[in-house]
Amino acid sequence: MAGLGGRMSTVVKAKVSKLLDRAEDPAETLDYSYQKQVEQLQNVKKGIADVVTAKKRLQMQETSLQQSVVKLDTQARQALSAGQEDLARAALERKNVAQTELQGLDTQVTELEQQQQKLTDSEQKLRAKIEAFRTKKEVIKAQYSAAEAQVRISEAATGVGEQMADVGLAMQRAVDKTENMRARADAVQELEAAGTFDDITALGSGEDDIDRQLKELSSQPAVDDELAKMKGELGSGASTAQLSTPGEAAPPAGEQAGGGDAQS
Amino acid sequence: MIVRISGEDQYELPDEDVARLNQLESDVVAIVDGGRNGDFAEAYRVLLDYVRANGKVVSDDELASSDVILPPADLTFAEAGTEFTGEGLIPD
Repeated sequence: MAGLGGRMSTVVKAKVSKLLDRAEDPAETLDYSYQKQVEQLQNVKKGIADVVTAKKRLQMQETSLQQSVVKLDTQARQALSAGQEDLARAALERKNVAQTELQGLDTQVTELEQQQQKLTDSEQKLRAKIEAFRTKKEVIKAQYSAAEAQVRISEAATGVGEQMADVGLAMQRAVDKTENMRARADAVQELEAAGTFDDITALGSGEDDIDRQLKELSSQPAVDDELAKMKGELGSGASTAQLSTPGEAAPPAGEQAGGGDAQS
Repeated sequence: MIVRISGEDQYELPDEDVARLNQLESDVVAIVDGGRNGDFAEAYRVLLDYVRANGKVVSDDELASSDVILPPADLTFAEAGTEFTGEGLIPD
């Protein structure tokens, strides 16, 4: 199986043999290896902390976007009630963009949570291996001659080294994922900084740059649908809806001139 | 024979399983070489499932080195390609 798995085991073995070449004295090699392992474990903990920090940042953005969605929805309703359809549409466009960003963030938070779990599992395995190595090194020091010890050390060190490499890989993958997410987090921050999710009522008359950009960003059919739905809910959009009173269905348009009016 | 699935566990498999494992791995390699992106995930899953189903998990406190190390289950097709060229998955 030299294909998929070969390279990784070769790398681990090369690293371990480099380590073994460093010291002539087995006891020294063992202590040095152990010291390195404990250092590596600290790095893993730091790596996990970085993932948690990245996750928290995304979660804070999520909270802030959720608030914006609620606020913009309210403002759209208020604008529509006041007959300002353009303003309502602008608010809904912003809401639409916020919701899209929110979905993206949600996926990424879930992904980061998975990465965090994997890293934590890996860290526990590595800790167990390092602990086993610590016990074993004392046994090796006490029981074996220098020549025999080299062989045993090599076995033990490779065992730990492999786990270490595995954690290293998991960390690398987590870092790569976090990097990708930073791009989205930054994009959301830029939208926020540009005032995208700010108070819609603070807008002056006419379209500004943000509005033009948002029109491109937001999915127009979704905004149209929502505006129509909102009109229906508020009952203030179309003139026929305004005329009808609660509990009484508006007569079909075709019959209005006939029977409908005659009754009143 | 000890096989590690990267990001998971080490598994001890009977030596008789080598041939089957080799076959499954060759399938994956052929798919990667042939650029058959769509077949990759399934073939790789079959390989890993075989190891998980037929192997016994090596305890965390055992210091055994693996005979084979398989990349993680979420390996992408592009990553599988770099396993054969460049630096591989584990940077130096």
